[in-house]
Amino acid sequence: MQLTLGLAQIDTVLGDVKANLEKHMTYIEQARQQGVDLVCFPELSLTGYNLQDLTYEVAIRPTPDHPVFKPLFEASRDMDIVVSYVDEDSRSRFYIAAAYLSQGELLHVHRKVYLPTYTLFDEGRYFAWGDDLRAFDTRFGRIGMLLCEDFWHASPPTLLWLDGAELLLMLSASPGRGLDTGDKMASVRWVERVNQAYAGLFTDFVVHTNRVGFEDGFIFWGGSLIYDPDGELVAQAPYLEEHLLVTPIDLNQLHRTRARLPLLRDERTALTARTLERIISENPEGGAR
Amino acid sequence: MSVDQYLDQLSINTDLARRALVAFIRDETTRAGFERAVLGLSGGIDSSLVAYLTAEALGPENVLGVRMPYQSSSQASLDHAQLVIDALGIRSLTVEITPMVDPLFERFPDLSALRRGNIMARQRMIILFDQSAADRALVMGTSNKTETLLGYSTLFGDSAAALQPIGDLYKYQVRQLSRALGVPAEIVDKPPSADLWPGQTDEGELGYTYDEADQILYLLIDRRYTLDEAVEAGFERKLVEQVWRTVQRTHYKRRLPVVAKLSQRTIGHDFLYVRDWGT
Repeated sequence: MQLTLGLAQIDTVLGDVKANLEKHMTYIEQARQQGVDLVCFPELSLTGYNLQDLTYEVAIRPTPDHPVFKPLFEASRDMDIVVSYVDEDSRSRFYIAAAYLSQGELLHVHRKVYLPTYTLFDEGRYFAWGDDLRAFDTRFGRIGMLLCEDFWHASPPTLLWLDGAELLLMLSASPGRGLDTGDKMASVRWVERVNQAYAGLFTDFVVHTNRVGFEDGFIFWGGSLIYDPDGELVAQAPYLEEHLLVTPIDLNQLHRTRARLPLLRDERTALTARTLERIISENPEGGAR
Repeated sequence: MSVDQYLDQLSINTDLARRALVAFIRDETTRAGFERAVLGLSGGIDSSLVAYLTAEALGPENVLGVRMPYQSSSQASLDHAQLVIDALGIRSLTVEITPMVDPLFERFPDLSALRRGNIMARQRMIILFDQSAADRALVMGTSNKTETLLGYSTLFGDSAAALQPIGDLYKYQVRQLSRALGVPAEIVDKPPSADLWPGQTDEGELGYTYDEADQILYLLIDRRYTLDEAVEAGFERKLVEQVWRTVQRTHYKRRLPVVAKLSQRTIGHDFLYVRDWGT
């Protein structure tokens, strides 16, 4: 089965949801013309990243009649769409979230479970921590979504894999850091390395959509990419430029790779669970030794 | 004792730095509603490098380089600034500050070299920000990471700017990037000087070399070494402690003025929006 992916590597206007929505609609139209089945936007694509006090002004509850989400729901009738925004729950807690829209409906919302609050990051000051990880069924197979720091930790991708995800959609607004003599900044090399590792370790497709542009000196580097279940690079968007990366992937490769390399078949999930329970019982104060 | 083993670790990929900084200047200028930039050209390496980056980002016709000599400024400084202007084909202006600052010097005849230097730096700031308004051009800063960390600048003088494109590059990296961009060798290789009085050099005033300062700052800040670890790495304790005290003592220069918090929501404390808000 062929799936044509569209990775919309966009820049955003900080705090201007209307302007960002217009850009989404432009990219969705371009994707439609190129036969895209599933288009992915980066983390906080509707709002921009470094929101600080803007967080509370741009928050949304994604309902079909919401003025921002209505056109996205409509556009999702013939193309699946992943967007990211600030999600406000019914008790006014704010989350960094990603929504998967398909055939005019909201199929899944992922709320970021790891909020970086160190060095240049301050997400924990503004956002609530998501507390759920689950894969979900789509017309292209079972998918898991993660937001940036979520996949700097190994457990969320691992859990989504065990929950049946064949396609991991990673959404980032990742500022580059660590300029040295390498051909990419250290953080860029790190992200590409772990995404490639996840694809190989899980024999999954890993699809990373990262934004571009600048916010007060943060440099969002782009370089969105797709790794196949062998851990090989399928396609990559350029660095530092807006780009719509349109790439067909062959989902049958999951069958071929897993026939050769049955890592999923042999995974001992119950052993993992037993070991985790032991570690937790021996360390009631914290999650790890 | 001279230690230079950490200079290798300071080396950067100049292609990547150039691409990122050119894109940064273009983006931050245009999103603020500007197409043009203005900067002071001292004839030194920092302002020369920023001129090269800005000309590439905005086009040379959109960059105004201003030479602002005082009567004691060296001819070499003027000539080197002209080299940059000619090489890049940017627009230029020469505004002599002598008739502007001399009346103040005469009013206070006992001015120390420091006060005279500060007055000259602030006079140049006045000229640049006036040209900014006249030309609808953003003022490009030319401070590097080393001098910013050491507070080796005049507050509201040469440190005043809209953007600091090379503010995260140590002097060693500034030299490396300047060579890669083709800044003339006579500018790259001469001893850095604020040229506020004849014979002044940065390293003479600081009391240590830029290579020493760069490596110590890199270890303490970028690599999070403790002072003891920096000493174990081969640097003299006296020097390491001196550099770190200087960083601490000059921190006020790197922060906005402090507001006393009285209300529920206070500028600088809990009224938090980045500058690129809405753009």
